Parts: sequence; structure tokens; C-alpha cells
Amino acid sequence: MDLGSLASLRYFYPELLLTAGMLILVLIDLVLRDKAILGDLALIIAAGALLAIGLEPHSTGAWLFSRMLVYDSFALFFRALIALAALVAVWMSMGSEEVHHCEQGEYYAVLLASTLGMFLMAEAVNLLMAYLALEFVSLTSYVLTGILRHNRRSQEAALKYLIYGGVASGTMIYGMSWIFGLAGSLDFNVINRALFAGGQAPALAIFIALVLILTGMGYKVASVPFHMWAPDVYEGAPIPITTFLAVGSKAAGFALLTRFFYPAISHLAAGGSWDALKGVEWPQLLLIICAVTMTLGNLAALQQDNMKRLLAYSSIAQAGYALMGFVLLSNEGIRAMLVYLFAYYVMDAGAFLVVMIVANATGREDIGAYRGLAWRGGAVPAIALAIFLLSLTGIPATIGFIGKFYVFAAAIREQFYVLAVIGILNSVVSLYYYMRPIKEMFLEQPEGDQPPFAIEVWNYGLMGVLAIATVALGLYPPPIIAFASRSLHFFVGPS
Amino acid sequence: MIYPLTLITFIPLAGMLLILCCPAGLKVACKWIAVLATLPQLVIAGWLYANFDTTTTAIQFVERTPWIRAYHIFYFMGVDGISISMVLLTALICFISVFASFGIDRAEKGYYALLMLLDTGMMGVFVSLDFFLFYIFWEVMLLPMYFLIGIWGGPRREYAAIKFFLYTLLGSVLILLAMLGLYYYGAEPTFDMTQLAAQAGHYSIAFQRIVWIALFIGFAIKIPAFPFHTWLPDAHVEAPTAISVILAGVLLKMGTYGILRVNYPILPAASHELAWLFLGVIGTVNIVYGAMCAMAQKDYKKLVAYSSISHMGYVMLGMASFTAAGINGAVLQMFNHGTITAMLFILVGVIYDRAHHRDIDGFGGLAQRMPVYAGITGFAFFAAMGLPGLSAFISEVLVLIGAWQPHPIMTMLGAATAVLTAGYLLWCFQRIYLGPLNEKYQALPDLSLREAFTLVPLAIIVLILGVYPHAVLTLLNTSLVHLNQVVLTAAPGAAIALH
Repeated sequence: MDLGSLASLRYFYPELLLTAGMLILVLIDLVLRDKAILGDLALIIAAGALLAIGLEPHSTGAWLFSRMLVYDSFALFFRALIALAALVAVWMSMGSEEVHHCEQGEYYAVLLASTLGMFLMAEAVNLLMAYLALEFVSLTSYVLTGILRHNRRSQEAALKYLIYGGVASGTMIYGMSWIFGLAGSLDFNVINRALFAGGQAPALAIFIALVLILTGMGYKVASVPFHMWAPDVYEGAPIPITTFLAVGSKAAGFALLTRFFYPAISHLAAGGSWDALKGVEWPQLLLIICAVTMTLGNLAALQQDNMKRLLAYSSIAQAGYALMGFVLLSNEGIRAMLVYLFAYYVMDAGAFLVVMIVANATGREDIGAYRGLAWRGGAVPAIALAIFLLSLTGIPATIGFIGKFYVFAAAIREQFYVLAVIGILNSVVSLYYYMRPIKEMFLEQPEGDQPPFAIEVWNYGLMGVLAIATVALGLYPPPIIAFASRSLHFFVGPS
Repeated sequence: MIYPLTLITFIPLAGMLLILCCPAGLKVACKWIAVLATLPQLVIAGWLYANFDTTTTAIQFVERTPWIRAYHIFYFMGVDGISISMVLLTALICFISVFASFGIDRAEKGYYALLMLLDTGMMGVFVSLDFFLFYIFWEVMLLPMYFLIGIWGGPRREYAAIKFFLYTLLGSVLILLAMLGLYYYGAEPTFDMTQLAAQAGHYSIAFQRIVWIALFIGFAIKIPAFPFHTWLPDAHVEAPTAISVILAGVLLKMGTYGILRVNYPILPAASHELAWLFLGVIGTVNIVYGAMCAMAQKDYKKLVAYSSISHMGYVMLGMASFTAAGINGAVLQMFNHGTITAMLFILVGVIYDRAHHRDIDGFGGLAQRMPVYAGITGFAFFAAMGLPGLSAFISEVLVLIGAWQPHPIMTMLGAATAVLTAGYLLWCFQRIYLGPLNEKYQALPDLSLREAFTLVPLAIIVLILGVYPHAVLTLLNTSLVHLNQVVLTAAPGAAIALH
């Protein structure tokens, strides 16, 4: 189906809801003096968007807005994931000490705007739209990172983010212009046909264009060598925003990356494997990027003493594991990537949430703040953090293990043995730094008089949900597997 | 009884949940819940022993339900002759280790909860027959072990705990890769170990070699086989007594059990080809090197830890022999080593609780003050030396008889090490228990009733199996002879003869 603007709206309710919600927040912020309600409202809007995604009409797929966006199960998966990330971010914001001191109206409105941008990234099937969506997400992310106006680290992070982002997106749009020149269109489908038509486009030119485009997308998923911004931004931003960037922004990046590199410039062959363009070696390039990303992320994380930085490097490494599914050129690999990203969402959001709970109580984010946590009244968050970190390591009976299992299984199946071994060794290395906070919390005794831990009902509630999900889905993963399997469909129109 | 294997595995887990629900003040309750969770295990183990059919090689007490259909993963439990002996050992050691834990005096709730989780993990490894399930239990075990050493351990506990965790995780990720390889490159994808074994002929020999070695490294780290053994002395020295008991009594057996359960039946051709080197030679190195290291130790517990490495070498040597006697002896040695080493670690714990150090040269003449303790120690030492009439004698002799034909030189080295073993044990006994009484230890009390209660049942088993080894051997024999046959017929020469 190729739908015009009006007909498309039926498939666009979640985005409409976010847009309306964002405007309502700004208006209410002007009128009301009590800002506490803004968070509740944002939570309702985010939940509403998630619900609207769930209620969307069943369809094998359609092009929306004259082939700017696409509606298919792949986009649905990522929109659901992004909406969940927004939900967690808003929930966390409501319980965050840092966020209470900033301009709440702008904060929540921009957060929802960013969510909208990420939705569009997951749906874009036109280079122009993809660029606009990505840029929209970037701009809102800069604002959210720098929202703590009186915090120098936050300001510095925002500036770094802006500079890196500017360079990356500039490079990307340059690459897009090459593709436009080579294929004569911005539409993914037309690009695909033009590139596969044969003969005309020189492989080297396509490769250069892809490398340039990869700069922008790699920057969004924070893969090496475009990862340098991540540790500073994750450290400087308020923790709910860090979570949102680590989980949501990364997922949106993966959505765009996959949609561009798979249906746009590759062909689905029989048996669920994909054929890349002949002579254009992007799979090999990404293979190297993937191996280097997880290795570098893990090695750098070994040195970190700040929990946010530690988790930032860990999230770079985690992106590397997810990329393992991406580089396999098969549906099995993409499915593994989807499972991994879902698992990553649950456990990483949980880990950041506990970091926030500890920061709320102690005002500190370094590993030292966790010393003896289990023995000074923080046993529940300590156990929860242990679960999340072990899940990030990939210890069984957690969702992280299921994610790793799928990724490694797909790699073995597609005969990428060396990559599988690199991944496996990486998870052993990662154990060391994931165990460091656990060691501090359980193996060390608290020193001096530490403030007692106040139980924050809402934060603890979310933490409980995420911790239980981590273990329960680790023991019984079929629901996620089914969800990921259903989401493997890219709508590419009638063939 | 319905679902005996599920019950025996998960009763401790239920105990853990109960313990976690206990109010923090009720420390006594935690202990007794732990006792009440491990006692039924022992009872069920006894029931399994009584109802086990020793005449068949078939898997018994099977439970099988689909779990993750997308990957053909089943919740599949069952026991055969190899695993039932380990189930008995686990139930026994766990029950005893709860009593050996009564000395723990801080954070009891967490301690017993983790102990119960560890128990479930260990039992699960021995009863699962689906590789995926096996792997889950295998890894679930690591975590409580890390905390039990790391929180309740000695001065260098953090180092020992993370070293243990890193080593064993490295091993288990290799197992994971091997498992996935077996899954995808068999006749049809499955994690069912019996089905994998049935399609063993489908794997090419080159593939078998690679997977075999990956699995071997994974399991060898647990045994621990030279050169992967260095985590063990550290872990033992720092671990609290009961955890050392479990570590030596049950955990080490998982390495050799894994090889018998996975490598031998699923990769028989590679097993036949590689066992002499990886199990035979490395096993012999274990025996000799472990004994020599034990002789050099000044720390009582480290001595026992190295002697444990040395004795596990006999298991490996027996497995490499591919004779009925050798392989039976190997598994019997696993059982006997479990009981004897458990005794030794409890005995070390007894003196450490009183003197707060383990320096062998720092004692002297303790037999005068603690005659019962010294007596039982003597008994355990003689058992460890392989004195006739005690259990280890039978198993070690079986191993040596079995290994003599195929590997005469290794067998001679193994047999000769008995002298070293006697040497370091007797020398240690002399320094600690004999000679003039060290004035500092005038007032040491002898064994308490609780301590005696943890030691005496083990001593009785050692004695019974010394004169009547058939109590365990009949369980093993049918399955092991069959397994041995499987490996022998898969050997390249035999394969040609069959075609």
C-alpha cells in the first residue's frame, strides 16, 4: 500500500499522540504553578503512545506519507522499545533529585519530542526523512544533556555531544548525497533497485558513500570509532536522560542502521539470508567495527571508577554484541539482534535506575559510594543491581544470557566462529568490571557513618519490575522470541 | 514418588525462598530451614538408590517437558549409573555442609540462602540431560560460590573469589560455544544429550576434535587439571570450611562428570583419540605435581587442596584407560574423593576454628589434648593414602589395574606417587598431632558433638566402601561398561572394521 497523507494518519496515532502531548505539556507549563503534575502527564502520554502502538491495525505493511515512512512489524518492534525507554525515562525523571532542579516543562516536552524523533528514525524509508529524524533526535538530545544549566559537567557534555553530532551528521548527509547521485533517488526502494540494476554504479563509490553514512548511524549507536562522545555525555547528563540515550537512542540508531543496510541496499535471498551488493565490502567493515567495538568498550570499562562512565563503556560493548547479530547477513542474525536489544533495554535501564537511586541517597556516582551498600540498609537495590550487572555479563537465568545465547547461536550457525570466540572472550573480560560494583556492595564493609537508605516507593517499584523481568524472561524467554520473530518483516512493497 | 528429580533439585531452592522471607533477627531459623531443605534431598537420594535399576543402561526417572520450543530446548531430567552416584554424593555432602556451616556468625540469612542456591545448581547439573538446562545449572552455581567465598571467606577472599569466577566463566563460555556447535552441526538441531549421543557419528572427526578440546578446557578448569588448577588453592584457602567441603566434595567432580556425560558419548571418536594425552598425561601430571606441591605446603588447608588436585588425577587416568576396571575405578574414585576430601576439609576447619591459623609448623602434640580429633584425622589421612580396607584403596587400585595395559608408564608414575602421598600426609600428621605439645594449645577442647556428627557418617561410608565397594560399583557398572563400549567402537580402527 502506498498511502497519502490523510490515509496515513490511521497508522500514525502514537506519533500524533506524542506531538499533541508535547504541546499540551508546554501549554500547561505556562499556566500551572505546581510543576509536579507535568511528570505525571508525561508518563500518561508515554504510556498512551505505547498503548497506541499496541492497538495499531494489523497490516502486512504500508508506505505512509507518500513513501516517507513505512509501517511494518520491524518498525513496530522498535517503536515499542523506544516507547518503553521513554516510559522508563519519564518514570525515573519523576524520582530523580537532579531533574527536580531543572525546568520541568521544557524537560518533559523535549523528552517526548525526542521520543517522537526516534519513532520516525525507526520508520524512515527515505534518506531525507532519515536524516531529518536523526537530526531531530540529536538536537533534542543536546538539549536534554545540557538541561542541568548550572552543572558544568552537563554543559560540557552537551557541547561535546553537539560538536561530535554536528560532524557526524554532516558527514552522513554528504554520504547521502553520493547515494543520491549514484542511485538518482532518496527513496530506499528506488535506491535498492538502482544499485542492483547492474553495471552503472562503481563499487568503490558506493562503498565510500556507505562509509560516510555509517559515520552518522554509528554515532547514534555509539560504535567504535564514533563512540568518543558517549562516556562524557553519559556522565554529564542527568541519569534519566543517560538511560534514555543509552537505551532509546541506541535502539533508534539500530533501527535506522538495519533498515538502511538491509532492505535498502541488500537483497533478501532464499532461506532468510541476505545478499550484499557485490564488490561493496561493508559487511567486512562492520565485522571489524563490531569486534573492535566490544573489545574496546570492555577494555576501557575496566578502568572506570564512575558508575555512569562504567556503564557508558559497557553500553558501547553491548552495542558491539548487538552488532554481532547485525553483521551476519541473515534473518537469524537480525532476530538475535532484536532479542539482544530488548534484553539490553531491560537490564541497562535497571542498572541506571539503581545508579540513580544511589545518587539520590548519597549524591555520589563513583564506585566508592557503593561500598558496603548491602550492609547499610540498601540490600534491595544492591541485589537488584547485582542482577542487572550479572545479566549484562550474560550469566544464565537472566535475560542477558538469553540475548547473548541468541547472538552467539546465530554467529555459530552462520559460521562466524572467530567473531563468536571474540564475543565470548569479551564477556569473560566484562565479568571483571561488572563484578567490581558487586564486590563493593557485598564484599566490603561500609565505612564511617553513611546516610541510611530511604525507600522511594516509585523507584523501588520500577526497579522490582525490571529485576523480575530480567530473571523471569531469562528463565522463560519464549514471549520475547516470539515478539522478535514477528518483527522480522521489512515492508518493501510489491515485488 | 512423582517427579523425584525435580523435587531433589528444587527443594533447596524452596528453602532459599523461605530463608529469604525469614525476619533478619531469626538467625536460628535460617539454619534449621537449611537443614530441613537438605534432609528431604537425602531421603529422596536414598529412595532413588533403592529404586534404581542397575541392570539397564537406560535413563531412569525421566522427566521431559518442552521449555523453549524455538531452540528445541527441553526441561529434561533423568539419571543413569554415572549420575546417580553423583546425586547421592551431592545430597550427602550438602546435608553435612549445612551442619559444618553452623559456625558462621554473620549475615547468616544470606549465607544459608546462597548455600541453598548452590545446592540446587549442583544437583541440577547432575540430573539434567538437556545440554541447555545443564548449562544453566552449571552457571547458576558460580554465583553463590563467588559470594560465599567473597563474603564469608578469609583475608584474601576478594582475590580468590573473582579468580574462581573468572576462571570458571572462561571455561563455561567455551562449553557454551561447543554446545552451540553441537546443536547446529548435528543431523538435526537438538540439545538433548541422548539424541546428540545417538547422532554422534554425524560429526566429522575434525569438528569433533575442536569441540572436544573446547569442552575439555571448560571441564578441566573445574577438575581442576594442570595447568588450569591455580584457582583452586586460592579458593580453598579463603573459603569457609563448609564451602571448601562442597568445593572439593562436589564441585570438582563436575569437571570429570561433564567429560563422561558430554565428551565421551557425544564425541566418542575424538575421545578415543585425545583422551590419552588430555586425560592420561595431564592426569598423571596432576597426580605427581599435586603431590609434590602438597609436600611443599606450610598451610594445612593448602596441603589438603593440593592433595585434592593429586587425587583427581587418578580419576582422569582411569577415564583415559578405556577399560571397564579403569573407568569404573575413576567414577568410584570421584565418589570416594568426595567423601574423604570432605572429611579432610572439615578436620582442617575444626583446628582453624580453635587456633585461628593453619600453619602446619605452628602446632605440635595436639593428639595429647584432642585424642578423638587426632584419631579421626588419622583415619581420614589413611583413607586418603589409599590404605587397604578403606574406600580410596579400591578405586585407586581399580584405576591402576585398568590403566596398566594401555598406559604402563603413567600407571607406574601414578602408583609410585602413593609414596609421596603417604610422605606428605604422615609428615603433616607428625608435625601437627605428634611430638611435644605446643604450650599455646594447652586448653583446646576436643571435637564437639556437632563436629563429630559431620565427620562420623563420612567415616562410616569410607569404611563400608572399603570392604564392600559394590554398594556403589553396581550402580555404575552397567552404564560405564556401555559408555566404554561406545567409545571403543567409535575409534577409527573399529569404525573401519564395522563397515
